[in-house]
Amino acid sequence: MTVERRWRRWLLVYLPLAVLIAGLLFPFYWMLITSIRPDAELYRSWRSPQSAPLWTLAPTGQHVLNLLTRTAFPRWLWNTLLVAAASTGISLFCGLLAGYGLARLRFPGAGPLGIGIFVSYLVPPTLLFIPLAGMVRSFRLGDTPWALILTYPTFMIPFCTWLLMGYFKTIPRELEECARVDGASRFQAMVRIVFPAAVPGVLSAGIFAFTLSWNEFLYALVFLSSPEKKTVAVGVISELVRGDVYFWGELMAGALLGALPVALVYSFFVEHYVAALSGSMKG
Amino acid sequence: MESKDRPGSGPGPGRLLPSPSDRHALPGRLLDSERSLAFLLLAPAVAMLLVFIAYPFATGIWYALSSVRVGDAGHFVGLQNLIAAWHDSIFRTALRNTILYTFWANLFKLILGMGLALLLNHPFRGVRLVRAAVLLPFIVPTVLSALAWRWMFDPTFSVLNWLLYHGGLIAERLPFLSDARWALWSAIAVNTWRGTPFFAVTLLAGLQTINPELHEAAALDGAGSWKRFWHVTRPLLRPVIIVVVVFSIVQTFSDFQLVYVLTGGGPANSTHLVATYAYQVGIGAGLLGEGAAMSLFMFPVLLTVVWSQLRHLRRLEGV
Repeated sequence: MTVERRWRRWLLVYLPLAVLIAGLLFPFYWMLITSIRPDAELYRSWRSPQSAPLWTLAPTGQHVLNLLTRTAFPRWLWNTLLVAAASTGISLFCGLLAGYGLARLRFPGAGPLGIGIFVSYLVPPTLLFIPLAGMVRSFRLGDTPWALILTYPTFMIPFCTWLLMGYFKTIPRELEECARVDGASRFQAMVRIVFPAAVPGVLSAGIFAFTLSWNEFLYALVFLSSPEKKTVAVGVISELVRGDVYFWGELMAGALLGALPVALVYSFFVEHYVAALSGSMKG
Repeated sequence: MESKDRPGSGPGPGRLLPSPSDRHALPGRLLDSERSLAFLLLAPAVAMLLVFIAYPFATGIWYALSSVRVGDAGHFVGLQNLIAAWHDSIFRTALRNTILYTFWANLFKLILGMGLALLLNHPFRGVRLVRAAVLLPFIVPTVLSALAWRWMFDPTFSVLNWLLYHGGLIAERLPFLSDARWALWSAIAVNTWRGTPFFAVTLLAGLQTINPELHEAAALDGAGSWKRFWHVTRPLLRPVIIVVVVFSIVQTFSDFQLVYVLTGGGPANSTHLVATYAYQVGIGAGLLGEGAAMSLFMFPVLLTVVWSQLRHLRRLEGV
C-alpha cells in the first residue's frame, strides 16, 4: 500500500514537477552558460561533432568584462534604478493616499472613481505610446529620465491603489476609532495609526511597482535616444546588436545582470506574495 | 465583498460613545471633513491619471482622425486612417496574429499554470525554494528573457535543435523563427513560458483558501481526484481564474516587447502584432496618425474584456 502510494506520488507529482521546472529554468541556465563561454565555442554550428552546448570546459570572464568596461551597461543599470526608485516613490505616495480614501472614506462618486482607477490599470502602454511620444516631445522631456519617471506611474498608481485599498480594509477600524476617541483628528489618526499599520502592504506594493518599472520597455524605447540615457532593457537591445550582428556573450551577460536585481528582490518575498494574495482573496 | 462592511461599520457617533458635548456637532463636521479629506487624498492619483492617461488617450483619438506626422501638425481626415489600416494586408495579418497569439497563449498558460499550481499545492521538502524558482520567468524583464529565447532559437547555433536532434526527436533542424508558419507559434511558446508562473502562483494562492475539509468530504463520498477537482476546486476557484485570465488577456493582447525582440515582426511581416506594427508605422515611419489609429483598434476589444469581467464579478459577488 505505502510502496504503491509512494510510487504514484513520484509519477504524478515529482516527475511532472521536475519536467516543468526544468523547462521554466532552462533559459536562465542558458544565459549563464552563454555568458561564460568563449566565442570560439559559442559560434560553432549545432551540427558540428564537437558541439557540446550544455557546458563549457574553458569558461571565460571576457564577456562580462566587456559588458562592464566597453559598454555603458553600468550607466544603464544606474538609470534603470533611478527611474524605478523615483516612479515607485511617486506611485506609492499617490496610491497610499488614494487607497486610504477609497477604502475608508464615504463621499459622493467613490464607486465610479474606484472603478475608473481600476480600469485605467487595464489601459496598456501600447495604446498610449504614440500620443505620449507627442506629449513628451512638446514638454521637451524627450531623452531625459523625467519622461519615464512621470509616465511609469500611470500603470503603477492604479495597481498600488488597489493593492493598498485591499490592505486598508484588513486593518481594523477600531484602531482608528480609538485614536479618535483619544482626541486625534481624522488626518492624525490616518498618518500616525493607520499608515504605520499598513507598512507590510506598502512594502509589497512597492516591490511590485519597482519590478513593473524595471520591466518596462516600450516607453523607454520610444522616449530615450542617446546611448548613455537608456535603461538596461533598451540599452542591451539597441547597443549590443549591430545590424545583424548579435554579441551573444555580452547580450546574455547583460540579460543575466539586468535580471539579477529584480530576481533577488522577489525571491525574498515570494512567500509573502502568496500569503498576501490568499489573504486578499479570503477577505 | 466591498459593500458588506460599509453600512454601520463607519465611525458613526452611535458606536463610539463620544462625549456628550460633541455628540451633536460630530456628524456634520465629520461629513464635511470626510469629503474634503477624500478630495485631498485622491487628488494626486487622479491628477496623474488624467494628465498621463486620459489626456493622451484623447490625443490618441485626435491623432487617429488626423494626418499628423512627426514635424507636421496635420489636419482632420475623418476615418481615413482607420479605413486605410483595415485595407492594409499587413495590419490584417497583425490583427489575426494578435487574436491567435492571445487565444492560444492564454489557453496554454491556464492549463499549465493550473497543473503547476496543483503540483505546488502538495506539501514537500523545499517547496518554498521551488516556488521562488518557478516565479523567475515572470519576474525577469521580458526583453531580457526574450533575448535568451532568440538565442536558443538561433538558426545556426540553436541549442533547442541540438537537444531535439540528440534526443532523437528530429532529423532535420526546425526553423523556429525563420519560417512564417513556425515563428508565431514560437512566440506563443515563449509567452506561455513567461506567463505560466503568474497563473500558477496566483491560482496556488486561490487553492490555499479552499478548505481541505471540502475535499475530505467529497473523498468520503467516493469522488476520485478528477471529480474532486472538477466539482470542488474548479467552482471555488472560478473568481480567481476569471481575474487571472482577464488580466492576462489584456497583457497578451497588447503585447509588444516579446515579438519586437524575438522576430521584430518578421520573417516578411508575418509575426507582427497590432502593437509592433503600430510601432513600426507610428514611430519607425513617423506616421503618428496612422500608427495611433492602428493601436486604437485594440481598444474596443480590451474594453469588452474588462467590461464583461466587471459584470461577471459583480454577479458572482451578488450570489
